[in-house]
Parts: sequence; structure tokens; C-alpha cells
Amino acid sequence: MTWGANESTAAEFVALGRDRWLERQLHPGPKDRLPAAAQAIINGLPIAARPLTEIAWPLTAQQRNANQIPDPDQKKTLQQAFQQSLNELGRQAATRSLLRDLYSPDQLREKMTWFWFNHFNVHLYKSDIRETVGDYEEQLRHHALGHFRDLLRATAAHPAMLRYLDNAENAKGHINENYAREIMELHTMGVGSGYTQEDVQELARILTGVGVNFQPPDANAPKLDIMAQPDHVRAGLFEFNPARHDYGVKHFLGHTIEGRGFAEVEQALDILARHPATATYVSRKIATYFMSDTPPDALVQRMAQSFRSTDGDIVSVLLVMFKSPEFIGSLNAKTKYKDPMQFVLSAVRLAYDNKVILNAGPVLGWLNRLAQGLYNHPTPDGYPMTAAAWNSPGQMATRFEIARAIGSNAGGMFKAPPPDTAERPAFPQIASAFYFNAVQPTLSQATRSALDQAGSPQEWNALFLSSPEFMR
Amino acid sequence: MDRRSFLAGAAATVPMLVAGRVWAAPKADMRTLVVFLRGAYDATNVVIPVSSSFYYESRPTIAVPRPGSGAADAAVALTPDWGLHPALKDSLLPLWQKKQLAFVPFAGTADDLTRSHFETQDTIELGQPVHGTRNYNSGFLARLAAVLTRTKPIAYTEQLPLVLRGGHGIPNIGIASVGKPGVDDRQAKLIEGMYANDALGSAVSEGFKVRDDVYKTVSEEMAAADRGAVSAKGFELSARRIGRLMRDQFNLGFVDVGGWDTHVGQGGSTGYLAGRLGELGRALAGFAQEIGPQAWNDTLVVVISEFGRTFRENGNKGTDHGHGSVYWVLGGAVQGGRIAGEQVKVAQASLFQNRDYPVLTDYRALFGGLFARAYGLDQKLVQQVFPGVAPKDLALV
Repeated sequence: MTWGANESTAAEFVALGRDRWLERQLHPGPKDRLPAAAQAIINGLPIAARPLTEIAWPLTAQQRNANQIPDPDQKKTLQQAFQQSLNELGRQAATRSLLRDLYSPDQLREKMTWFWFNHFNVHLYKSDIRETVGDYEEQLRHHALGHFRDLLRATAAHPAMLRYLDNAENAKGHINENYAREIMELHTMGVGSGYTQEDVQELARILTGVGVNFQPPDANAPKLDIMAQPDHVRAGLFEFNPARHDYGVKHFLGHTIEGRGFAEVEQALDILARHPATATYVSRKIATYFMSDTPPDALVQRMAQSFRSTDGDIVSVLLVMFKSPEFIGSLNAKTKYKDPMQFVLSAVRLAYDNKVILNAGPVLGWLNRLAQGLYNHPTPDGYPMTAAAWNSPGQMATRFEIARAIGSNAGGMFKAPPPDTAERPAFPQIASAFYFNAVQPTLSQATRSALDQAGSPQEWNALFLSSPEFMR
Repeated sequence: MDRRSFLAGAAATVPMLVAGRVWAAPKADMRTLVVFLRGAYDATNVVIPVSSSFYYESRPTIAVPRPGSGAADAAVALTPDWGLHPALKDSLLPLWQKKQLAFVPFAGTADDLTRSHFETQDTIELGQPVHGTRNYNSGFLARLAAVLTRTKPIAYTEQLPLVLRGGHGIPNIGIASVGKPGVDDRQAKLIEGMYANDALGSAVSEGFKVRDDVYKTVSEEMAAADRGAVSAKGFELSARRIGRLMRDQFNLGFVDVGGWDTHVGQGGSTGYLAGRLGELGRALAGFAQEIGPQAWNDTLVVVISEFGRTFRENGNKGTDHGHGSVYWVLGGAVQGGRIAGEQVKVAQASLFQNRDYPVLTDYRALFGGLFARAYGLDQKLVQQVFPGVAPKDLALV
């Protein structure tokens, strides 16, 4: 339920008791409870201080300006500056995300935020998604423990998703069915759940005109005739443009959808969110994420039942799972093999607890080396959740390298990025009271024997973080 | 002795079968590399149906001009009906002219019509019947490795792909990012000790071994680069490393390269897709160069993709998910310089569902036929690799 146990989490768990701790995880307050040092870093990030439109509008102007410069060298310089602005925004989003993952006591919200991002995956390096990815993640986080329908709506109206799956290009007479297909295949019903190529094509028609507009409303309003104007929707960078929409009647999953603008999209999302296949597909994915490669089907069915009866209330679905004997059993048997995200974050959390890192760069680098970089899965299926994707020989060898870095010299995590570059060295402390009480008794003889041969505290840390026990 | 003359001279030699495994004859060990273009590359604009007026009608803004049309960036003639994308002229045309490169059009998954990248990639990598329960822990290259002896399989990828899952400790290595190991030999021994009784034990041992082998090879390349050699970038760098590793250490490999899902603004003779193709062409030529002429004669490279794209361009100067693709078969012993396999005239009437190339050569039948020839597998062993499939012998090796 967390990005890795450590002394702080254990202390809160003990203080509250299991039930109250779980209640708190499922219903975190609106405010972050981050350590002051972590909150201060986030507060210093420009993306945290300004809404997306205020970030995007000047950038769009900057880009247009660059493209209009006749001198090729000057143009190139300005275009590079624009790209650097985008890179910086992406980096800020990743920094905020990692700080919350590492230090928020409301761990379940952060775990679910990552889950939903992966479920509604977008790729940082496509188009201008670096600009919008931070806001996209904020929206997912806002609904992470809310209702599925709201998550679906938030993604369907977000410039990051509309760019990523090309729906910003989808218009009447210029159909692009990429997003329509992935909504059904990956976001809701799941492949092979009964929809047809015709359903994909009809949903693509419903989604025509659903796009983006990166300029202020007064600078770039579409020219619409008087009848179409009431259908026009603008919200931030999102735009529904009636002039690009196919107003014909659609036949989608057995429903007849009358052409009437963006309300068609809402109707289609209702149909998808309430489809029984969606309840099962999402429930199974959640259970796989938390429990094992093959979650028990009976439990998945109970979760899906809860999904249907609560209209996709995520907390209800999670509660069914967390309170089930199957879940307790999976914790005791340690059936879940850590993916790289869980491995790296749990290692940093255990080794450094609430000593706040100054530089997210090394952590992001390790995740990329392990092929599970933040926002860095190019295809919309998201990262796989099963062990076989992450326990191959090459993966294991790389994990040990990273365990060594985390366990010995912190790999630059406590050296602030330029221009500050101050280093406030931190020393990993795994062999704490938490370790001796909770971890050591679970170690095998082989692991203890290897740890006994460690030549230094750093080597001991590296070996512990490399142990079979720490991989689960 | 190259493979063809070896086969000619030893035609009577039947591969020895011991307990269902083939003991391939010495020096005739084949090397096979499968290159997966993830994202469904637009085959129609790479091996181009230049004699089809329907092609030019269907792609008003992204078609590649006919050979001899006078355009500077025209397609390069392969046959009267087919032309090659000009971005591949410098790298791959020489192989075609040496008859070491063949194209198999209308190839793909006969029984997977989902047009889903992920679904169809999985289908191909597993190589199992689509209907019925799939075993996600049994890829077709892992099954090939199991019926052969002396295979040293490896995936040159950060994660072990489905196609090589299910074997015993098949390694993978992220070929693009090889660095000097920080975990020393003593620490490696201690770590292996912790995993002695663990299910991941063999993966851990294999991981250290491959790490050391690959680092040795790559450090030679680094030493060369230090002496002023031009260093390759991107996929070409990876392919050149793979060439050296397959010359010396591994003989069954898999690598993937992404960036082919061109829904928007894919370009024609130049532009986005042309750039990706240029890099891919240089990579394959670089691979052939690094593996060296001797090993190249015993090497089979097959380039595949999950499906083709719509025959007509879409409203965004791109193409959407289609069906039939074009596969590439390369190698020193390939009977190439030809367009192989069953074909139809490219016209509206021959399109599948009036939008895509049909699939006339199933990927399993093609691989089955290639493996049968390259490794001397009999029908029974081909069936172990591809259950229920009749291999198609296109006489490519």
C-alpha cells in the first residue's frame, strides 16, 4: 500500500493502529502532509505556483515568435530555448511527483496516482506533453481515490491525452481513430471484451472536434456560425470545436447516439464507465498491481461487483481488496515482486527515510536504466505489471548496480542541482530499530550469511538492498 | 566454407537427432537475429508498389515518386512492380544487389485482426494460436532455442521480451546503455550466494555473466572510439554492438526498435519516416559489417512488425492501423534480390476490408519455413516451435 516501508511509516501505523491507518490512507485530507524540506522544494517549482494556461500561453507565443524569425541561426537558438523550457517543465513535474512518492505520509494516494497515470498513459517526449504532463498528473491525483468516471472524463478532456493519442487531430472528414481504439482497449473495457471495429469507428466520430487550443480565448477563437456557437466548449487548454465535429447519428455499443456536440462524448463515457467489462478489467488490474501476477478470480469478481454497485468508486473497490483474506495472504506470502519503481523508491525510502533529497535526477536516472522511467513509456499500454517483465538476468544485474549506489554514496541525491550545487551529505541507515524489529527476522540464512561478510556499512547496505527478500 | 557450399557438399548428411534436439553440424551453426519494428511501420511506403496507380491515388501527399519519374527523391527500382524507399538506397540497396536481401510482402498475422499494437505484438512474439488460452511464458524464439543445441540466445533489450520468455535463464541486456560494472567480483559472489536457493538464482548468475561478457566487447569498441574512430549513434550503435556480440558470443538474438506509429505527418521521400528508415538501414548495414563476412554467411536477419498500416493516407498526412505488412529477410546465405511469397496485384479490389494489405503469408509459416531450412528442423520440431502450423518454404535460405 506504500512505496516501501520505513521507520516513519511504521511509526504512524503503530500510532494509529491498522484500521485507522487504512482509513487515513483511503481518505487523505486535501492538504499534503509533506516534511517541510520537501514542501519547500515543491513550492519553489514554477509549475506548482501557476495554472496550466499561464504556463502554456506565453510558451505558445514564444514558439510562434521563434518560428517567424527569418534568420535560420537565430530561429534555431530560439527554438532550442523553447525546447529547453519544455524540458524544464517536464523535470519539474517529475521532481514534484517523486518528492510526494518518497515523503508523503498519504502513500496510497501517491501509489494510486502512479497506477492511474500508467493506466491512462501518456509519453513525456511526444509533442509538447512535457508542458502539460504536470497538470495531467495533478488531475489524476485529484481523482486517484475518487470515481472512475471522473478519471475517464479528466483524461478525455486533457491536452496531454488529446495530443498523445492524436485526438487533437481527429475531425470530421479527417478521422483519426487512435484514441477511440485505446479508450476501449486500454482505458475501459479491455481488448477482446466484445466491441468491434465499427464501435471504434463510431467512437472516433463521436470524438471528432475534441481537441486543444494553446492560445488565450480572445487570441484564437474558432470562427463559428451562430448556430454552432452554443456548442463550443473552452476550458483551459481544452477545446471542443463544433466546426470539426461530425453531427451525424452514431451507433455505439448498441446505443443510438444523436448528434449534439460534446454531450455525445459524455454519453459515450457513461456507457464505457458503466460497462460490466470495465468493472472487471479495472478491478483485475488493481489487484494485479497490489497483490500478484495472478490475483484470485473470485476476489476480482467481488471487486468488480463493488465497482458496479458504487458506480466506480475506487475507495470501495480498494476496500474490498484490502479487507479480503486473499490480500492478507498475499502480504504474508510476499507474492508481489517489485517492479523497478517500487524497488528504487522502497530502497531510497528505507535507506534515507525522511531525509529529503535535494536532486531527483539520480532517482529518475535509475528508473530509466531499469526501463521504467517516470512518464517514459512510449506506448499507451503503460508498463507491464507482471514479474516476468522485470526479473530477467539483465534487470537483476542492473538492480544490483543501483542497490550499490543507493546503499553507499547516495548517487548524488543530496547534491542540489545547479545553480545551487550545495551538497548536504546524507548517510543511508538501513540497520535501524525498524530493521531489527520487522525485517531481520524474515531474512533467510543465505542472506544473513552474505550480510555477515560485508566489509563495510556501505557494502552491507548494498547487499541488503540486493537481497531476494528486498525484491518482494 | 560458406553455408551454401557446405549444404551442397553435405546434402546427404542428415542432422543427428538426440532426444528431440538437433545436433547441427559443426561450422554450420546459423545465427539468427529478429528485429521487431514496434508500432507497425508503414510498409507500403518502404517497399513501394510503384506500378500501382491506385497507390498514387490513395496517398496524394505522402507517396514516394516512381523510379525514373525524374524526381530527385524517387523510389529506387527493385522490380518492375516494386521500389525501395530512397532513404534505404545507400545502406540496403547494395545487399539487394548482392542478392542477400529479400522482401516478403503481404505478411503478418493471418488470425489476429485486432489492429491493436499490444495485442498483435504479443500474438507474434508468443507464436501460439490466437484462439484458446495463451501461455505468456512461452515465446517462439525461446521454443526454438529449446529444440536446438548450442544455442546462445539473448535479448538486446532492457526487459526480457515475450518472444524469449519461458526458456531457461535466457539473458537480456540493454544494449544501448552498457557501462563499467560497479558491483565487483566479490560482491557478485556474495549476491549469488543469497540467491542460491531462490527462484531467481539462475537469472542472477546469468545476469552477472552476461554483464561481464558484454562489457568486454563494448570496452573494445570504446577503446577504438578513443583512437578517433567515428562512433555510431542510436539504433546503429546498438546494431553494431549486436553484430560484434553475435560474431563472438551469441547466436540467437532479438532486438526491437520503436517509433513507427505514424498517425500524423509521416512524410514521403523525406520527413519523419524517412529519418527512421535511414537509421534502420544504417543499423542493418552496420550489423552486417561488424559481424564480418564469414559469420554473415551463416546469419539470418528477419525484420518484422506487428501489422501494416492503412493503404490510404488519413486526414493528417499519416496512416492508421492496418493489416498486412512487408517482412525483410537478410543474410549472406539468403537467396535474395527478389520479392518472395504469395502476391496479389496492388489495387483497390485486392485490399483487405477495403483498407489494408491482406495477409497471404502468415508470420509463423514464414518463420517455420526459414527455421526448417536454416537449422534442418523436421516437421515435428517445427511443430514444437509453432504448434499447428504448416511451414511455408519460400526457399530463402
